[in-house]
Amino acid sequence: MPPDTPPPDRAGLELRNVSKYFGDLAALSGAQLRVRLGDAILLYGPNGAGKTTLLRLLATVARPSEGEVLFDGEDVHRHATAARAAIGYVSHPTSLYGDLTVRENLKFFGRMFALPSLGMKIAATLELFRLSDRAGTPVRKLSRGLQQRVSLARAFLHEPQFLLLDEPFTGLDAANVETLESLLCQLPAQGKAVIFSTHDFERGAALARRLVALEAGKIRYDGPLALIPRNLLPVTVERSRQKAEGSKQ
Amino acid sequence: MQSLKIIAAIFVKDLRVEWRNRETLASMCVFGILVVFLFNFAFEPGREESLRLLPSLLWISFAFAGVLCFNRSFAVERENACLEGMAVAPVDPGLIFLGKMLANLLFLGIAECVIVFAVALWFNFTFLPSLKWFALITFLGTVGYVAVGTIFGAIAANTHMREVMLPVLQFPVAVPVFIAGIEATTGALKGDPPSSYLGWVRLEAVIAVVFIVLSYLLFEYVLEE
Repeated sequence: MPPDTPPPDRAGLELRNVSKYFGDLAALSGAQLRVRLGDAILLYGPNGAGKTTLLRLLATVARPSEGEVLFDGEDVHRHATAARAAIGYVSHPTSLYGDLTVRENLKFFGRMFALPSLGMKIAATLELFRLSDRAGTPVRKLSRGLQQRVSLARAFLHEPQFLLLDEPFTGLDAANVETLESLLCQLPAQGKAVIFSTHDFERGAALARRLVALEAGKIRYDGPLALIPRNLLPVTVERSRQKAEGSKQ
Repeated sequence: MQSLKIIAAIFVKDLRVEWRNRETLASMCVFGILVVFLFNFAFEPGREESLRLLPSLLWISFAFAGVLCFNRSFAVERENACLEGMAVAPVDPGLIFLGKMLANLLFLGIAECVIVFAVALWFNFTFLPSLKWFALITFLGTVGYVAVGTIFGAIAANTHMREVMLPVLQFPVAVPVFIAGIEATTGALKGDPPSSYLGWVRLEAVIAVVFIVLSYLLFEYVLEE
């Protein structure tokens, strides 16, 4: 094993007893979570459950009020450069400059990540997300769905080991949902980790191997999808299941 | 070398954004000219009175043009959470500060040139005899002011009443810059020997260095939630 590779028990992103408060509001409370390479995790919960906060803490955008966020066993904020080079993050806002073109945005963020052969990488990423014909268009002139694709392209550009996606399917049409699903499916096999939140439980469940269910800032369940307690399933999924069981009888 | 590339990337990005929307520079220059215009009508000073009033007028104009600059600079970053996009990149947050600061320095420098030209025109005042020292004094004072304004612009960007909060937060901290700037400018424009105001110029330089270093070190805490 190369000397700079952390031992398997320390590798990955980890929340260790993390809480995050906004004034009196506990957005996240006592969270324990480990994200290893090869994981495909669905983050599920109602509005205000703490999904976005959890992703922001893992992405190093926010600092925990209590507890630690670790990358390969080390505090992520003390080793921020290494952690951030390995993380790709897509949030609700697109983090794109509206007055710059698609290519200019990717070029800028590529430079921030000090990517070699940037021109080739941008061309390949534009091709992957079917944005080549929009490369010269200012982002402000794109639809919400197209902006979301550019935002995803930005996160994929530096080929991160950990992809953190907050509602990545928002605004995407069917064809692009399929493209994104196909990409997300490949990542664990490539030795990468993806953790994403979505309100579409069934779509998320088809992509993920592991479910982390949040409620009121607490992690209620962390484990295989098949074993999730019924009371944590979304109402629509539970109704579908009951209906299916009823029709079998 | 990589650090310089990051700073350059942010600097060029800000220039490109400004070139596309041309909001910041235009508003700064128009505002500065308006202030000079109003002062001209309010006072109509003779030569002696000009020497008393102009240093303060100049620095007041620079100060308020700067507020517009810093507000606008981070309004661009706030839109679509672009600052967050930079914050998750594997770069020293201080480099983000330096890139933004250099862009703001350029914009404010251009606005200051326009303001000085307007003053020369409306007050019939020539800066040529003391141009070298005046330029140095203005440059050093502007560097210190832009360092303060850039970090406070980032802080105020996250508040509700950001347009009001920025001047409320930054002016008290920037007071030493303005005092030193006004005193040094008065001496230079009067034609006093440089030794009489060199102390103020040195103070400007020290303030600029202190503010740059402090802002560089503290910027990471401004970026994080």
